[in-house]
Amino acid sequence: MPAAIRLEKVTLRYRIPRERIGSLKEYAIRRLKRQVAYDDFEALHAIDLSVSAGERVGLIGRNGAGKSTLFRVISRVLPPAEGRVYVAGRIAPILELGLGFHGELTGRENVMLQGALLGFSRAETRRRLDRIVEWAELQDFIDAPIRTFSTGMAARLAFAVATDVDPDILLVDEALSVGDEKFQRKCHERMEGLVARGKTFMLVSHSPSQIRDNCERVLWLHHGRIVLDGPAEAVADAYHQWSLGETDAVGSGL
Amino acid sequence: MSRETEAVSREAPRAPVSAAAAGVPVYDSERRRAQWIEEAANLWQYRGLVHELVIRDIKVRYKRSVLGVLWTMLAPLLNMVALTLVFSVLFKQAIQNYPVYFMAGSIFWAFFAQTTSTAAQQTLGSNEMAKRMYVPRSAFIASALGGGLVNLVLSLVPLIVILIVTGFPLHATWAFLPVSVFIVALFTAGVSLILFTVASRFADIKEMYLVIVQTWFFLTPIVYHPSIVPPKYRFALWANPMYYFVQTFRAPIYDGVIPGAGLVLGSFALAVAVLVTGWVFFCHRRDDMAYWS
Repeated sequence: MPAAIRLEKVTLRYRIPRERIGSLKEYAIRRLKRQVAYDDFEALHAIDLSVSAGERVGLIGRNGAGKSTLFRVISRVLPPAEGRVYVAGRIAPILELGLGFHGELTGRENVMLQGALLGFSRAETRRRLDRIVEWAELQDFIDAPIRTFSTGMAARLAFAVATDVDPDILLVDEALSVGDEKFQRKCHERMEGLVARGKTFMLVSHSPSQIRDNCERVLWLHHGRIVLDGPAEAVADAYHQWSLGETDAVGSGL
Repeated sequence: MSRETEAVSREAPRAPVSAAAAGVPVYDSERRRAQWIEEAANLWQYRGLVHELVIRDIKVRYKRSVLGVLWTMLAPLLNMVALTLVFSVLFKQAIQNYPVYFMAGSIFWAFFAQTTSTAAQQTLGSNEMAKRMYVPRSAFIASALGGGLVNLVLSLVPLIVILIVTGFPLHATWAFLPVSVFIVALFTAGVSLILFTVASRFADIKEMYLVIVQTWFFLTPIVYHPSIVPPKYRFALWANPMYYFVQTFRAPIYDGVIPGAGLVLGSFALAVAVLVTGWVFFCHRRDDMAYWS
């Protein structure tokens, strides 16, 4: 299988000013006094990773381990400080549904906008519009402003747009819950359908059980490094054991 | 994806070049062209987004208003009436058909001021979006420019109304206006790119710019005629790029003449220089923007 995602020695640094300087006035004054100091925070440290097309990979780790940062590097939002990122295929980021939705616009207008944000031409989105709306089961509401939608309805529409485009790579955030149980199942089926058709799937999660259910391979990230990379069962168990230990350690420390 | 393309992607060879040949978009952080070329290519690819953003801004602005799009035409009209009263009565200015003179300059200025301030004001929302999914940031600036152009065209309607009401001729030289607008649009885009970049880093630029643009307006001969500027202050006009641009726009409307070749070519060269500077500066800083906000 060809590599869909390949990372070679990818390092990513956030440059954090010791104090937040948000205004030009403040910056100029401090610059003159030579008081502009930064700390470099390495969110990812020399990550080597290769994901083949059609693989289902889970990312596990504690808050701040670099999971979301890794997703952002893959989806080309954050350019790496060092190393090389290679991604072949169209990415569907299912991270924050409804980003870019505008409350005053109708559902239909928002689908057009969302399609454009994903990089599709207007003609393409227009062609897909009916199918998207039908799948989201929002035919009756699509010409009402999004602000009248419930959160679940808006998320359904966003999910439908993001996945209808037939992506090659799905980046999914666990925190995501789309609508009611019935709809969650439907989303699940759609994602499984995409995976069955050889699409690459990456999932960020805190939950070992969710990772085990959805992935065949798991990466455990800790402080910006991959500490373990292997079969889902083994890595999820190791992580589970470790996090129990952590909790105990924290508990006994109190 | 159709069955055919799926078959292709399944058998996609290992080499990145072949993957690109198979029509699969490839992102390679190392195999990059010069930033300013890459951003231009990405902007072109996302031209549909620019279109959608322009539509969004227009629709959102008028969604809850009764008069809707009429506001775009009424606002300059009312503005013009108020300023005409002030300047022609109070200052007894000797400009023939002052309403036409003022309004030609004023809609021209509104285009520049509105586009550049929008570019500065929208940094927060745009960067927030671009931090979460890949979107070329220049698309947001292009949409500010597009929105400004739409408003400029709409505000020609009240100008024509004023021409008719005051019995002013509609000169054939109007045909030159697209050239003038094109030139000032290049300049406006350049200024917007610089502003967007700086405002992404420093939040107080937005407020600062509002003061600058207000002062700049009064330094540009729009409410007054350049001839009233005392000779020893003329240098302030000559150093002001907007002085040249407003002439290329106002002369075909008000004077009924096509601006001289020297003025047009000079304005064009200046506008291109500012645009190129803005584009290179913006692209040079583009990768940092994800880390700034």
